[in-house]
Amino acid sequence: MTDAVQYLERDGLQDLIQGLQKAGYHCVGPQIRDGAIVYDSISHVDQLPRGYSDHQSPGQYRLQQDDNPRCFAWANGPQAIKPYVFAAEETLWRSLRDTAGELQFTEHVVDVGPLAIIGVRACDLAALYLQDKHFLHAEPRDPGYLARRQQLLLVAVNCTHPAATCFCASTGDGPRATYGYDIVLSELDAGYLIEGRSQQGLTLLAGLPTRPATQGQLEQGDEESHQAVAHQTRRLPGHNLKQALFANLNHARWEEVAKRCLSCGNCTAVCPTCFCHAEQDRPALDGTSSDHVRQWDSCFTQGHSYIHGFTLRANTAQRYRQWLTHKLGSWHDQYGRSGCVGCGRCISWCPVGIDLTEEAAAICGDGEP
Amino acid sequence: MTNPYLPYEAEVIERIQESPTLFTLRLRFTDPSVHDAYRFAPGQFNMLYLYGVGEVPISIVSDPIDEQILDHTIRSVGRVTRGLSDLQAGDRIGVRGPYGRGWPLTVAEQRDVVVVTGGLGCAPVVSVINYIMRRRERFGTVNIVQGVKHADDFIWRERYEQWQQAPDTKVLIAADLGMPLWPWHVGHVTDLFDELQFDRERVIVMMCGPEGMMRVVVNHMQAQGVGDDDLWLSMERNMQCAVGHCGHCQYGDKFICKDGPVFCYRDIRNLFGVKGF
Ligand code: SF4
Ligand code: SF4
Ligand code: FES
Repeated sequence: MTDAVQYLERDGLQDLIQGLQKAGYHCVGPQIRDGAIVYDSISHVDQLPRGYSDHQSPGQYRLQQDDNPRCFAWANGPQAIKPYVFAAEETLWRSLRDTAGELQFTEHVVDVGPLAIIGVRACDLAALYLQDKHFLHAEPRDPGYLARRQQLLLVAVNCTHPAATCFCASTGDGPRATYGYDIVLSELDAGYLIEGRSQQGLTLLAGLPTRPATQGQLEQGDEESHQAVAHQTRRLPGHNLKQALFANLNHARWEEVAKRCLSCGNCTAVCPTCFCHAEQDRPALDGTSSDHVRQWDSCFTQGHSYIHGFTLRANTAQRYRQWLTHKLGSWHDQYGRSGCVGCGRCISWCPVGIDLTEEAAAICGDGEP
Repeated sequence: MTNPYLPYEAEVIERIQESPTLFTLRLRFTDPSVHDAYRFAPGQFNMLYLYGVGEVPISIVSDPIDEQILDHTIRSVGRVTRGLSDLQAGDRIGVRGPYGRGWPLTVAEQRDVVVVTGGLGCAPVVSVINYIMRRRERFGTVNIVQGVKHADDFIWRERYEQWQQAPDTKVLIAADLGMPLWPWHVGHVTDLFDELQFDRERVIVMMCGPEGMMRVVVNHMQAQGVGDDDLWLSMERNMQCAVGHCGHCQYGDKFICKDGPVFCYRDIRNLFGVKGF
């Protein structure tokens, strides 16, 4: 860290929220809903999950409260920031039909105001970079995604308390945020190290009651990052598993994992990089219009590979293989890197606790990281 | 920025029943400026939208120089295609496109050509055959091979008969099950491969249809010494967006909707024929 790093007292975070609001941003931040930490509208620091920690393991996610003074002493919840750019459901266009049967098509314009997300983790910034590549870096660009993305301001938080399911250090995506944010925080016991990156971030920072961080505070921040790396035990057996996966398309493990996998698609629903979506028409009851809507889809569904009256990936082994060979393999050719950012969500939220790092190691061999 | 998902209104100019399950919709964009600006290449496809039901990818069978009308030959098999099958002249639908990469027609010039289709998937290659036959002098020996299950699945009989009359052109048709007065081969299309006429040094093979059939063609051609670079296939998968976003058409690292639907065999040989992809 550099001289640019400032220190903000814990209560000073309220000034940041107010500063954002004054600058016209609607703010969302992590909060507890139904036993999990998710993003929701926030106007006061008291809404943050202060004193909470999470315990995650394959198929398990549990929150616990103690007298820890921190607000970000947990890893990540089921929901990434994906829904704020790639909406879970979105109308693409509407068709209007008049009495003569003539059709008119009107585009659905996504009209959202500036949005600030507080508490974004490094893995989710990496996932956002990948989704940007998918939706924006090739023609045609996705208008809904673009409209939301342009309005986004991101306040990142460096991870100090990775869960047992996290392996971002092995994918190179965390636990420190290194790009893609406007402001980054490192939480210490009494306050935050705070640093601006974008012009907007620096401007906001200038209005906050900060003071230069001390050497001791900086060292503490660095030390916590090192600890966060040291605490991670899971890892993928290599950065690019494409060759290894495609050389093992007939590995017995695919059938074996299929016996455990429910083909429920939870893993794809929580994955911050999954981009599949299905389109469908929703006619209005009066028969004069119909909305063409898209919704998140999963490669674990029957319909995903449906063609001409049959399902190409009829069984779970084929679907799990599609998911893993795509996520850890084909992404390299499509987007220049693996589609996994090491967030571990698919491990925690799999109802039967399937761990992709374990499956990958079983199939590819336990290579060098 | 224009919304890439937005269809344009088109009118059904004519509907032709080709066989019990195949029909052709002849379409024209209702906005003349849209119609005039529209350009496509054989092998590309459009997304056809049926009001209140949804969209479906359909390859374009007309010739790019027939600017008046866009033909789509459709097999009635799902919700959208069954609905499209009920349309009549004057009805309106939505159309967006064209999408994907078509056949390598420039590469094919001056070379011998083998076009193979099987099953009911003949539409994408009919566009290429039409294209070649109308510019016959630009190509070497042309072989047109088609296999169908039942003789009555065979459509566009007159066109094949016409093509057969063209110079230096071989038409080979086979039906697994014949019918009275069926003039062509009864049996498997592969039985006819020995009759193909081409110079393996300068041939280009284009095929479409069931992947099992294309596998057999690829094997046969490779055994004849034809290189992987000279084998071209039109692939099909579930397609919903047609612009590389929805993820349904992925085939390994390829998006069939934008990297295909026509592929050089060299580019898909690692995955071709692997069940589940
Ligand atoms: S595959 Fe699993 S660990 Fe990797 S980014 Fe997706 S949800 Fe996170
Ligand atoms: S791996 Fe787990 S979460 Fe994913 S589809 Fe199978 S059972 Fe569901
Ligand atoms: S059809 Fe949607 S990605 Fe190809």
